[in-house]
Amino acid sequence: MSQFLPEAFLPYLPNTIQIIYLIATFFFIRGLKLLNSPATARKGNQLAAIGMFIGIVVTLFDQQIISFEWIIAGILIGGLIGAVLAKKVAMTAMPELVAVFNGFGGGASALVAWGEFSRLVDPTTMSPDNLVTTGLGIFIGSLTFTGSFIAFGKLKGFISGNAITFPGLNVINIGSMIAVLVLIGFFTFDPTNQTIFWIILGLSLLIGITSVIPIGGADMPVVISLLNSYSGIAASMAGFVIGNNLLIIAGALVGAAGLILTQIMCKAMNRSLTNVIFGTFGGDSGGGSGADTGDKTVRESSADDLAIQVAYASKVVIVPGYGLAVAQAQHVLKEVAGKLEERGVQVKYGIHPVAGRMPGHMNVLLAEADVPYDQLLDMDQINPEFKTADVVLVIGANDVVNPVAKTEPGSPIYGMPILNVDEAKRTVIFKRSLSPGYAGIDNPLFYDEKNQMFFGDAKKSLQALNEALNDV
Amino acid sequence: MSALIFSLFIFVLACFIGFELISKVPPTLHTPLMSGANAISGITIVGALIVAGHSGLDSQMSQIIGFVAILFATINVVGGFMVTDRMLEMFKKKEDEK
Repeated sequence: MSQFLPEAFLPYLPNTIQIIYLIATFFFIRGLKLLNSPATARKGNQLAAIGMFIGIVVTLFDQQIISFEWIIAGILIGGLIGAVLAKKVAMTAMPELVAVFNGFGGGASALVAWGEFSRLVDPTTMSPDNLVTTGLGIFIGSLTFTGSFIAFGKLKGFISGNAITFPGLNVINIGSMIAVLVLIGFFTFDPTNQTIFWIILGLSLLIGITSVIPIGGADMPVVISLLNSYSGIAASMAGFVIGNNLLIIAGALVGAAGLILTQIMCKAMNRSLTNVIFGTFGGDSGGGSGADTGDKTVRESSADDLAIQVAYASKVVIVPGYGLAVAQAQHVLKEVAGKLEERGVQVKYGIHPVAGRMPGHMNVLLAEADVPYDQLLDMDQINPEFKTADVVLVIGANDVVNPVAKTEPGSPIYGMPILNVDEAKRTVIFKRSLSPGYAGIDNPLFYDEKNQMFFGDAKKSLQALNEALNDV
Repeated sequence: MSALIFSLFIFVLACFIGFELISKVPPTLHTPLMSGANAISGITIVGALIVAGHSGLDSQMSQIIGFVAILFATINVVGGFMVTDRMLEMFKKKEDEK
């Protein structure tokens, strides 16, 4: 579009574009900063979107761009697909959608590196620096692409959520990664060799598949965060290839963000990143206390009984888990909480960092049900409050309230930070049965004398409670 | 100083800014943060525009690659920002309720 500008301005164009890129960078950084608080987050996201818009528009004035058919077609079709996906998705399916977008982002970065390489008639004119970053861009972008779609398949249930693995898979993965890095070295010396190029591309795509396949469903929040980080680094690499600072900076910001979230997730599950990637979890590892359940008694609660307890309580804490979202019970829950508040009961929500299927997922689901965000407390805020809570309602959560994590060093979840619901005066667990949760570990809280079980589907149970509250 | 080293400085410094910016985000906002950051990583669309819009001697191949790159990146950017906005729109404080 540079032909629309006055001729006299053209010599200043490249620098002007760079300055405007700097402004776009400012919008990204400011936007991320505003994402730090729920009150300003929406504005922050919009600022980042404005930064993106500025970046795209000013790039169209780049003098290298002379044909627009492909650009217009790509933006129209891509924009339409993106908009429809964003409008249609159910909030429970957010992890899948983020995985998909992530995959497209990584794929686009790999394609940019590849396209830049292929548009040169004679690749030997590229500097070794550029060839290395091209190779790395294709590597990271491609593995993000396939890895994200495998993660999507696992979240969606197309691919078994269980850890699929066989002996030697880790060795194969590490071997392939080393092979790709060595091949990128060869590629730098001989960029005209097509075979090397295709092997790099093929192996990278394969690594994305084989490194996510063995990771179990419970670890998906970590994987999504990590892939998010990769997609940022891939964008940065694409920036190195085309010599564009805006890509390098924006990509690095995202890479850092993803890495921090990955760390937070790992800490919340008390597992190291290497353990998530190379060790599998769940399945037959089982809990040690599973055998002696027969002789323990369970106290059962009913809707009317529970309604009286909560209606006359002064403080009720609700601990929601993913089971709540599966049952689509968040709206009924909000109604129940509303009725309690009308009676002057103090209601708070305690949210474990890995509640839901991605970081912060439960908060979004409750926000969708109009629960104000200042009632949603994270683990460190809510744990001191359990001592003064009269009733804790645990709905669709299990492992994150299992005291075994504090008491039994032999347990697979030992050391995982949990919500200390056992400190409350009374707990009520909404659950279909006494079966153990994701990690396959029995929960002694079920048999605690302060605890009552409310068996049944979370939504039906809450509806019953909601109706019973009318008669109290 | 080669262009690579210069870019590397920018990359490392930007990583530090990223760590500083994100480490204080409360858990409530982790999902929108991730999808918003994800949308920002779609910045690679800028590179895709250059690849697709360029006409070289061997332009056919790179233009098609560029087209697919634009398609992917636009899905990422438009979808990412829109869905993040949709989520954040739902986050309300108590006083905001009718």
